[in-house]
Amino acid sequence: MSKSERPNQLFRNLNAKIASIPMVLTALVVFVGGTAWTVLYSFTNSKLLPRLNFVGLDQYYRLWATPRWLISIENLLIYGVISLVFSLVIGFLLAALLDQKIRFEDTFRTIFLYPFALSFIVTGLVWQWLLNPDFGVQGVVRSLGWTSFDFNPLYNSSIVIYGISIAALWQGTGLIMCLMLAGLRGIDEDIWKAARVDGIPMWKTYLFIIIPMMRPVFITTLVIIASGIVKVYDLVVAQTSGGPGIASEVPAKYVYDYMFFAQNLGQGFAASTMMLLSVMIVIVPWAYLEFGGRRRV
Amino acid sequence: MAANGTSVSIQDLSLNFGAVSVLQTLNLDVAEGEFIVLLGPSGCGKSTLLNCIAGLLDISEGRIFIKGKNVTWEEPKDRGIGMVFQSYALYPQMTVEKNLSFGLRVAGVAKDDIAKRIARAAEILQIEPLLQRKPAALSGGQRQRVAIGRALVRDVDVFLFDEPLSNLDAKLRSELRVEIKLLHRKLQNTMIYVTHDQIEAMTLADRIAVMKGGVIQQLDAPQTIYNRPVNRFVAGFLGSPAMNFIEGQMETGTPAVFKAGDLAIPLDRYDFESAGKGGGPCVFGIRPEHVIFGEAANSMPFVTDATVEIVEPMGSDTLVWTKLGDRNFSFRVEAEKTLRNGDPIRIGFDPARASLFDTPSGNRM
Amino acid sequence: MSDHAISLAAPHAAIRADASGPSGPKPRHVFSRRNIFLYGTLVVVALYYLLPLYVMVVTSLKGMPEIRLGNIFSPPLEITFEPWVKAWSQACTGLNCDGLSRGFWNSVRITVPSVILSIAIASVNGYALANWRFKGADTFFIILIVGAFIPYQVMIYPIVIILREIGLYGSLSGLVIVHSIFGMPILTLLFRNYFTSMPEELFRAARVDGAGFWGIYLRIMLPMSLPIFVVAVILQVTGIWNDFLFGVVYTRPDTYPMTVQLNNIVNSVQGVKEYNVNMAATILTGLVPLVVYFISGKLFVRGIAAGAVKG
Repeated sequence: MSKSERPNQLFRNLNAKIASIPMVLTALVVFVGGTAWTVLYSFTNSKLLPRLNFVGLDQYYRLWATPRWLISIENLLIYGVISLVFSLVIGFLLAALLDQKIRFEDTFRTIFLYPFALSFIVTGLVWQWLLNPDFGVQGVVRSLGWTSFDFNPLYNSSIVIYGISIAALWQGTGLIMCLMLAGLRGIDEDIWKAARVDGIPMWKTYLFIIIPMMRPVFITTLVIIASGIVKVYDLVVAQTSGGPGIASEVPAKYVYDYMFFAQNLGQGFAASTMMLLSVMIVIVPWAYLEFGGRRRV
Repeated sequence: MAANGTSVSIQDLSLNFGAVSVLQTLNLDVAEGEFIVLLGPSGCGKSTLLNCIAGLLDISEGRIFIKGKNVTWEEPKDRGIGMVFQSYALYPQMTVEKNLSFGLRVAGVAKDDIAKRIARAAEILQIEPLLQRKPAALSGGQRQRVAIGRALVRDVDVFLFDEPLSNLDAKLRSELRVEIKLLHRKLQNTMIYVTHDQIEAMTLADRIAVMKGGVIQQLDAPQTIYNRPVNRFVAGFLGSPAMNFIEGQMETGTPAVFKAGDLAIPLDRYDFESAGKGGGPCVFGIRPEHVIFGEAANSMPFVTDATVEIVEPMGSDTLVWTKLGDRNFSFRVEAEKTLRNGDPIRIGFDPARASLFDTPSGNRM
Repeated sequence: MSDHAISLAAPHAAIRADASGPSGPKPRHVFSRRNIFLYGTLVVVALYYLLPLYVMVVTSLKGMPEIRLGNIFSPPLEITFEPWVKAWSQACTGLNCDGLSRGFWNSVRITVPSVILSIAIASVNGYALANWRFKGADTFFIILIVGAFIPYQVMIYPIVIILREIGLYGSLSGLVIVHSIFGMPILTLLFRNYFTSMPEELFRAARVDGAGFWGIYLRIMLPMSLPIFVVAVILQVTGIWNDFLFGVVYTRPDTYPMTVQLNNIVNSVQGVKEYNVNMAATILTGLVPLVVYFISGKLFVRGIAAGAVKG
């Protein structure tokens, strides 16, 4: 056997393989391994430390019997619907307004987008202050003479999640606007001209031609918003710490609290596995449409 | 109001974007049923002019009349125009039929009328089998046909084409070129057609407007533009392979003579544009196909000997490069002629077929 | 055809004489209904977006007595910078009372190495994926991209165990590694797409010239891709600076990044609430990403668009 004749497959392109080691480790150990580990341990009764003592679906039964988890899920649904609907609608409307060849476009865009540069912590704290019942919006309106004015979302359990959504929309719609604007700018200028020659009013052009043409942008945006919704955590921590009581709890906070404070790892793992499941419900159909569909064409 | 037979009339039209002047005091009258081609290099303002006629761009000065009606301030839909775009601009999520009917439905045209118009357009363009398809399922040529159909159903007087064939491959382009010509013959509408392709311009146009820098350089029948270009730009822009240019000096006398180095071309047969044929620097231009080669050259008013430098066989004919007065000089010979590099040859031409341009102004002399 | 040629020079006199009709640009009113609606809406929305920033700044410049009496929207009667000083150097978290400055320097010590390490890894990785494809590389890449959508909560605890095993749990280095891991999907995608869009001939020419993997990366690719590196830096600086979850999970109180410390200052239940100090602290924390945002302008938009649309 001569050494030099047959190059070893393993050493071909060796440098590229070395350069990819961090990616391979991250993909296999952290993403696949970590996820599998958490899912596996969600079937155990681990408390302070992870232990492989399987108890079947016990943790899940308990999870879905815990009022705090149920409230978290309910909050996530409300918050999710509000975020999706309003950030898409407002984001698109702002983008459409900015797309009218207006003056100071850059200034307006800069203003609408700057909150996105701020962290959820900063956002949450600012809106906590603005919605402060004594000094914030409610206090100011009352001091103007309308003493019965009532706008106190952060201290009212039944609407606290809406108060959080206001802050989230303020922070996030700028990004949606930018994505929509990029989508609008990607539309062939001739389409607009053709619509004008055809005498189609602007709103009808948007509704029947432009928005259907922007379907891929909408889908991508939807996925981005949706995957952000499930992760919501810092905003709640900063704005209400889950309060009043447990009225504004969200799943991500449930996971964190059970893992690192309640010393009930099993519950934390089960809850995080549920989060994973909910993301997959969004991602898998999208990935199938996006990538599975493309292969067929 | 307008004189009979004028379909589109553009008067003193100017367009400025800030300090940049895109179109300058432009005048153009298009007769009814005429096929006008706006031809020029990119950035010459030809598409801009078309967009102004369509009402898609606001003009800075001047007026636009269509069918005798002042439409300067009218919306595009009220101008009685149909437009075909380079990128087709079909509405991608609608079927061909919906694409054709959308504008009519929005305008509130009666249903049976819409159906009638679509049927007619589909028949003329032979797209009946495609009506239920979406644009994505059509070939480039089919899409272009639908785009023309969208203009057709509007039942308008004037058709505007904005480089409609430049997204197609060469073979399809020449096929659709013929179809557009047939369409024009059938419909007898006024058509204004923008292109940078000189073959499209030569084959389609009743008259060509050659544009450069926002100004119409020459507006004439294709043959006139080709044979008697008004300036050096027009001469160089049209024709492939391009016209040979020799820079030199004109000496007055009887006959006047063009001189460049050792070269002396008598100009007694040249048809001067203006009487005042003073001397001075000028450019002599002659098209490669007007150069005669071999025995036949001896009968020409101007004959000279040269050496073959490069031979470029084109298939149908062959382009031969040589030197004339130290300048590269090309001429065409039949494909059967076999010439090799270094062969001594005799060439000649008739100065009557040449063009002479004043060097400072570039204008035809 | 000659009559046409004449008409170019002198259009029909009949039409020309009638100078009364519409001519020149269509008259447009600055205060048309369209413009009032358009700009009115934009200005109102812009004011809404600016309001929180304004209130933050105004509150931070007031003294507490004025805040208790007045209206959060009114400008300060007496400007004081004391809240800023206090927020920076005296605000308390738990037992520590050395202000936000500690969190600021922690964040700097976290952000700088994290940005460098994550971009170094991801750019080389993206380059390998774009130009030196090997068998199986795409599989790992797809796992990486899909992994970007997994909620962090699922992977938090296994990483705690890994960091504990290698003795980095609770240290800044541990957090740097975490940031590099979670920055990898988006950055790798960014660099891979960028390098793929560069002309393949360039890479081939360099190979013919004898350059190897690292030579091509350092001498050809790196100098040509400065813009994408800037985009990556913007993306990472704001992302890492704004992080809260990883900071709170993987560091101890004395190594808390600024966001965590800020939250502890503002939301601590002890003592009297000093809203002006809180707002000063909030602005201080938001300042770094805001400065990055306002300086980088369009590149920031490009960064998030690249991050968002393709991620």
